[in-house]
Amino acid sequence: MAKETKTLNLNFGPQHPAAHGVLRLILQLDGEIVEKADPHIGLLHRGTEKLIENKTYTQAVPYFDRLDYVAPMNQEHAFALAIEKILKIEVPIRAQYIRVMFCEIGRILSHILNVTTQAMDVGALTPTLWGFEEREILMGFYEKVSGSRLHANYFRAGGVHQDLPKGLDKEIGKFCERFPKIINDLELLLTDNRIFKQRNVDIGVVSKQDALDYSFSGVMLRGSGVPWDLRKSQPYDCYEQFEFKIPVGKNGDCYDRYLCRIEEMKESVNIINQCLANLPVGPIKTDDGKISPPPKKEIKQSMEALIHHFKLYTEGYRVDKDEIYTAVEAPKGEFGVYLISDGSSKPYKCKIRAPGFSHLQAMDYLIKGHMLADVPAVLGSMDIVFGEVDR
Amino acid sequence: MQNIQDLEKILNSELNTKIKSSLIKHNQIYLKIDETDLTEVILFLKTNSKTKFRQLIDITAVDFPENEIRFKLVYLLLSHEFNQRIIIEIDVKEKEIVGSITSIFPAANWMEREVFDMYGIDFKDHPDLRRILTDYGFEGHPLRKDFPLTGHNEVRYSHETKKVIYEPVKLEQNYRNFDYESPWEGTKYIKEQTKE
Repeated sequence: MAKETKTLNLNFGPQHPAAHGVLRLILQLDGEIVEKADPHIGLLHRGTEKLIENKTYTQAVPYFDRLDYVAPMNQEHAFALAIEKILKIEVPIRAQYIRVMFCEIGRILSHILNVTTQAMDVGALTPTLWGFEEREILMGFYEKVSGSRLHANYFRAGGVHQDLPKGLDKEIGKFCERFPKIINDLELLLTDNRIFKQRNVDIGVVSKQDALDYSFSGVMLRGSGVPWDLRKSQPYDCYEQFEFKIPVGKNGDCYDRYLCRIEEMKESVNIINQCLANLPVGPIKTDDGKISPPPKKEIKQSMEALIHHFKLYTEGYRVDKDEIYTAVEAPKGEFGVYLISDGSSKPYKCKIRAPGFSHLQAMDYLIKGHMLADVPAVLGSMDIVFGEVDR
Repeated sequence: MQNIQDLEKILNSELNTKIKSSLIKHNQIYLKIDETDLTEVILFLKTNSKTKFRQLIDITAVDFPENEIRFKLVYLLLSHEFNQRIIIEIDVKEKEIVGSITSIFPAANWMEREVFDMYGIDFKDHPDLRRILTDYGFEGHPLRKDFPLTGHNEVRYSHETKKVIYEPVKLEQNYRNFDYESPWEGTKYIKEQTKE
């Protein structure tokens, strides 16, 4: 008598520690083999795009912190660049350096979180504990420069909100001296670890063609051997002035993506060091009084400054009628803002292109034929953060 | 890297009848085409060796409720080989059905689902056109300009029925939309109140 087989439907999440947030994954299993995965997203949908349409450009910036909340400033960067391109604002060179430096800090923040939690998903707890100590220090830098550890609200169209406090550059420099050793420690724990390799090598393999078809970007694309990084190919701000390498994977599996992230962290430290060595002096935001608010000191003395301050914090600045798509290389991939302005002080439309959205879409394609235990490994290597997927 | 002006010329000569207008702005090409030519143009851009727009970055729509043709659908493509971006726009009427491009780009699947969810634009031949970001059983299309910012329903846990229930939104304070037209007359919201 033939044995009867039945597919099993398994509900993974929405509250599951390995789902990295609120993902509801409906899996069809044949024994332990996944036949189909149907991700249900939107459990963290807050209507960011709708809210931005109803806020002034200045008020819209904090919403970008809440998208990919492990690397907030990288997102603000895309929005600031979009407005700057429409208004044709020149950003002072010191502001560009500060922005690049904090974007790289954001990249390290995000990669530490991803590498270590991916390790945790496949069974290693120590890297998380070590890595999070460093994240704490980096978030300290965020706090010193912007006043908050996570939701920085620091980048503005035309520069940054305020200058670096005294001594912060030295502290960041000290961190950069120490951090390569921490990466090394993490690598000692993971890179040649037998269990880590068993769980990641040849899991979730993406071919070059599929990576393009599924609109992958960032590490997901580079892990499959496509040397594409917007910092190099379409440089924004002052990225052209820095020397750094783009690590590229070979096999496109979870392990290669892990290796890419480790190498990228080293490159980020390298970029931050170059920033600190050549940090120019000068203003940190554009001197156009119609866009950037006057310093507090002037408000007490000058009527014009007072009026500017009042107008900027009530009505906000107006942005000419235009339409633009700008993208930055966020830690997770290409983060883009498609902005339509109508001449008023609020965006008419602001579509946010989140890299995680297209990565998660490929879940079904990536996991088909794998074992159930590979689901967290693949999810972890995609670097999903639901703030940006659900928006 | 291929020059963007050359690329625009190539597009105009190869696709001449299908292009309504083309424009170079912010180092990107903006193409306006007809809905009927959409799949053909996108397939051409993806496969032609002179264009090689191999990656679909995003699909989105824009709502202009005062226009007769209400929506504008926007497709963003990227060519890694030539390092170029292109923005394709088509005009879509309300209740018009647009051809899906999921067979050309698998990535279009969720992007079209999102447009369907947010704007209510239907796609023909889409394999799985369900809502994606909003709640199960949600009604309305949130990114349309006539959808209120606060939504229609709110959710709470009811102790009487011991389950989560949906109720019409009750605001403790009116939503105030300051328009800053003139600082002396106040906002529309104040004007409306003083009329009553």
